[in-house]
Amino acid sequence: MEFLAYLISGVSLGSVYAIIALGYTMVYGIAKMLNFAHGDVIMVGGYVSFLAVQNLGLPVLPSVLLSMAVCTVLGIVIEALAYRPLRSAAPLAVLITAIGVSNLLQNAALLIWKAAPRVYTPVVSGSVQLFDGQLKISYISLLTISACLVIMLALMVFTGKTKLGKAMRACSEDRGAAELMGINVNATISLTFAIGSGLAAIAGVLLCSFSGTLMPTTGSMPGIKAFTAAVFGGIGSIPGAFLGGLLLGVIEAMAQAYITTSLANSIVFLVLIVVLLVRPAGLLGKYVPEKV
Amino acid sequence: MAAILQVNQLCVDYGNIHALKGISFLVNEGEIVTLIGANGAGKSTTLNTIAGLLKKASGSVTFLDADLSHVPTHKIVPRGLALVPEGRRVFLQMTVKENLEMGAYARGGDTIAQGLERAYALFPRLKERRTQVAGTLSGGEQQMLAMGRALMSNPQLLMLDEPSMGLAPILVDQIFEIIQNLHKSGVTILLVEQNAQAALSVADRGYVLETGKLVASGTGAELLASPAIKKAYLGG
Repeated sequence: MEFLAYLISGVSLGSVYAIIALGYTMVYGIAKMLNFAHGDVIMVGGYVSFLAVQNLGLPVLPSVLLSMAVCTVLGIVIEALAYRPLRSAAPLAVLITAIGVSNLLQNAALLIWKAAPRVYTPVVSGSVQLFDGQLKISYISLLTISACLVIMLALMVFTGKTKLGKAMRACSEDRGAAELMGINVNATISLTFAIGSGLAAIAGVLLCSFSGTLMPTTGSMPGIKAFTAAVFGGIGSIPGAFLGGLLLGVIEAMAQAYITTSLANSIVFLVLIVVLLVRPAGLLGKYVPEKV
Repeated sequence: MAAILQVNQLCVDYGNIHALKGISFLVNEGEIVTLIGANGAGKSTTLNTIAGLLKKASGSVTFLDADLSHVPTHKIVPRGLALVPEGRRVFLQMTVKENLEMGAYARGGDTIAQGLERAYALFPRLKERRTQVAGTLSGGEQQMLAMGRALMSNPQLLMLDEPSMGLAPILVDQIFEIIQNLHKSGVTILLVEQNAQAALSVADRGYVLETGKLVASGTGAELLASPAIKKAYLGG
């Protein structure tokens, strides 16, 4: 029973990682860049929903929607101002810019919202009791797991079946050829950032609901872990990000429960290193043979 | 015959290197025109610049009486100008059918079914393989897919960049047969080739490009018969 409780806690934490990892993997898959500011967009999402409830007195659902809207716009603006001018620059320049944007967002948050942690009221409270109260599953866990599943399936249908989604995959493979098809590559990359950042807002709300606190560095560690999860599962792959996120959450929860809390993060990264040694493309990543 | 494509004093630079040094030519409606020349003469540069993938330094490109200077690549296809790029550049991880659908991206939904039918009729092999990912196709099949994909936009002018590159002789013949069939069905074609013999024998007119300059032009038959061309491009 104890094991089951740890597993559920791991799966729900993993679902948050998975939602963040899906954002990373979408942007990487289409724009071929690692958006290290993704974790900080999560933090902004947390603050917007927090302030919307606190200062504007909005109910939970509108506050989440507002947070998604703000993050979506933020994502589009970051892409247009920071990354688009570097479209043909070396990948390293883009990477460093992304780290810069991450710092900028964190410091702006520090300036505007100050360093003191805020107490974040979970968007839903309460829990279901199973087995005569021996197993408690919080509603926020259930919400997170279902949100994660819905998001993953929606993204798979979107990229697999819709015209826009297929255009995204075309851009991901060959931008020049995509342009020749009449696809507006810049608009497509913008859309990818919009989707990724909208997901970051949802992740921010869920993450803060779990931890109960919010500060300018809230998004950093989960951002890095979710990036790890995306690489773990095979970066660029949607089911890979999902699987990677879940596994990462479960490994972390199990390491905390049965080994030691203080080494949990180290164990997570150790597992990542071992997996990448055996499967360099990640669990579900694949090398596609190219014919010239 | 009206000119549908006019290229005027076109110059393109790669950094300090002048790839095209002011070339002018035109393509009339219903023609097959070929640009021949050696490696590095500027043939692909010419096509990529017309399609908007490369920026020109000076000169002009006019298609259907409209200046293409400030038109971004993705808005050129809907105007009826399609390029089958060098090296085919099909989407290797997408299926044959998805590749074809991408070709019709700029068009409305109803026309996709018609376009697919036409592509499958022209290239029956693609129909057999429609659910396969393009990465698993042979080189010749990928060339057919690249051509079929470009035709999905129903272009008035189809530009082909080295369609015979890397293909076995029997496939080269097949590709040139398809080009002639397309021409008969009313598509105007601008063909860039290193295989000068094959290109000139199907072309109405040809231009010879040498290190960024046009050095000769004429009908396909004239160029084939010219001693200088024979010596330089047709193996004596």
